Amino acid sequence: MRRHVRIARDADTVWGLVGALERQHEWFPTASTRMEGTTRWVTLDSGLTFEERIVTHDHALRRYQYRIVGNPGISEHLSTVDVLDDGDGGCTVVYSIDMVPDVLAMVIGGAAGEGLATLKHRFETEGAGR
Amino acid sequence: MGRKILFVTTDQQRYDALGCNGGTVARTPVLDGLAAAGVRYTRAHPQNVVCMPSRSTMVTGQHVATHGVWMNGVPLPADAPSIADDLRRAGYRTALVGKAHFEPFLDPFLRFAENRMGSRNEHAEWGTAPDGTAVPHRGFEHMESATHGAVGPFHYAQWLRAHHPEDVGRFFQVLDRALEVSALPGGDTGAPQVKRNEIARERYHTDWVADRTIAWMDSLGAHEDWFCWMSFPDPHHPWDPPAGELGRVDWRTLDLPAGYPEDRAERERILDAKPRHWRGWYDGSFVSNYEAPAQWVPATLTADQVREVNAMAHIENELVDEAIGRVLAHAASRGWAEDLDVVYTTDHGEMQGDFGLLFKGPYHVDALMRLPLLWRPAPSAGVASAVVDAPVGLVALAATFAEIAGLARPAYTESPRLPISADDARTLGHERVLTEWDSVLFGKVVGLRTIHRDGWTCTAYLPGTVHDGTEGELYDTVEDPLQRHNRWDDPSVRAHRDALLDDLRAHLPAEAGPRRPCDAPV
Repeated sequence: MRRHVRIARDADTVWGLVGALERQHEWFPTASTRMEGTTRWVTLDSGLTFEERIVTHDHALRRYQYRIVGNPGISEHLSTVDVLDDGDGGCTVVYSIDMVPDVLAMVIGGAAGEGLATLKHRFETEGAGR
Repeated sequence: MGRKILFVTTDQQRYDALGCNGGTVARTPVLDGLAAAGVRYTRAHPQNVVCMPSRSTMVTGQHVATHGVWMNGVPLPADAPSIADDLRRAGYRTALVGKAHFEPFLDPFLRFAENRMGSRNEHAEWGTAPDGTAVPHRGFEHMESATHGAVGPFHYAQWLRAHHPEDVGRFFQVLDRALEVSALPGGDTGAPQVKRNEIARERYHTDWVADRTIAWMDSLGAHEDWFCWMSFPDPHHPWDPPAGELGRVDWRTLDLPAGYPEDRAERERILDAKPRHWRGWYDGSFVSNYEAPAQWVPATLTADQVREVNAMAHIENELVDEAIGRVLAHAASRGWAEDLDVVYTTDHGEMQGDFGLLFKGPYHVDALMRLPLLWRPAPSAGVASAVVDAPVGLVALAATFAEIAGLARPAYTESPRLPISADDARTLGHERVLTEWDSVLFGKVVGLRTIHRDGWTCTAYLPGTVHDGTEGELYDTVEDPLQRHNRWDDPSVRAHRDALLDDLRAHLPAEAGPRRPCDAPV
């Protein structure tokens, strides 16, 4: 599952928020985010909490990757978030999800789509900085 | 004081489920009575044969290409037009009790209002309309939700968990741990999604929906006008009616349905004359609808399993009929009988053994497309009873509700109201009805476009995973009511086929915008 959005703001500015992993709830439809080292706990509005292991956090590449761990209902998972410099002052944010069960990838993909739309609105309409 | 509107829907119910439509098993005296006193439609089709697109058509009065809910899992935008909101703005009190499903069920993020309301035990979610006024979600001042069992964040499930937790596990569990639709066998025959459910009838969702509708009615003043969508989750699978009701229909005594070819060779010959995804599903090699259990192979379905599934559906249909009777009696006790319009239908049909199949999918035949549809106008309106054979669609419902309320047909709707007679159908232009299917699920792409007019059903296939865009189906539903003879390639009717396709292309709206992503499988 892959979602993307084009944002008319420079890649570094957008990465300033996307790459701040403890701030994901500011743009992704989740209730809260907590970080300890390379472990992140993301709590949804339904009360469900995902424990995530950050496996890549590369500021130069503007990429982070995480795996959902410790969830018996999820046998495989890797999500990748890239902020790509479009070279014209804008950027493209790509959110990719590979997981089993693949049904859940559709659901997280839907949430990612909403999150990306929030990012676009935040940077283009609200004129947010980092 | 104007006319009140009770809009009753079931989920996944066949045309022949009702006695008034020729059904011979389930006793449906309440609906038969409404049919006798009102208008019964013999050729009503949905605009899509799965829940979310079909229900979106009901509330918007638009074809799928326009409202954009092209498959289950694609949410209807919160700001989509809603006839319920038009009625509310005209002074009607509005409610939806039961299954909504304009938004995906599988929603752990609680992104969608239907799910948020249930999880918070709230009955409305208010937003702001473009004109700055406050507007409840989809125009319903009151929403109380239910689905097929005690699952999800819906009000029924919350109620059962809080008051009768012992009942929660009695329903068939539709999703397994991998979130795949379960094909677990049950009942006496090992049929998929059949389970003996020891829940008491009064705690089953059918009676709960009626109870909550009555409770909402009791919140209204006697002189208020109202629109209530009472939406039963049954007889949609799983087939797990209250065990105490199983004595109503003994599956062992049932005749096999006419649509089930008992002889295997005959069954497979019929399937092989249809586009190849039919046989692919039967053999278990091509499953293109999430709600059809991927691990179940229809070719294994036995005659007794067909009987048992049918018995379960008949029982559920009887419970629905009795629940409607209870609500109508309550409405009468409030003094509303003379001014009450009742519209009854379902969102799509069910294979229920036809062609050796169960459930639903991209199969545009009467099992899934020919729906029960009744309109009992308010007695005070003085409309004569009638049987209307002209093709009509659920797309006509929104304009019908507007008409009942004395409103002009909303500009966003794509069909005139339902006709009240054959002459009225001609005047309104009800000549054809159109149905679309699109699915893109785990790499399997299927697209169908169907027209029914003049007694013929014609389906063109779009290029997809197993279709190259030249396949199709053509049935003379008068001469071949079971749709066993696909005449798509019959030279003697080619000109007629091509005329039907021209008519389909001329009348199906173009897609209103880029296809929106699918946010969940259901």
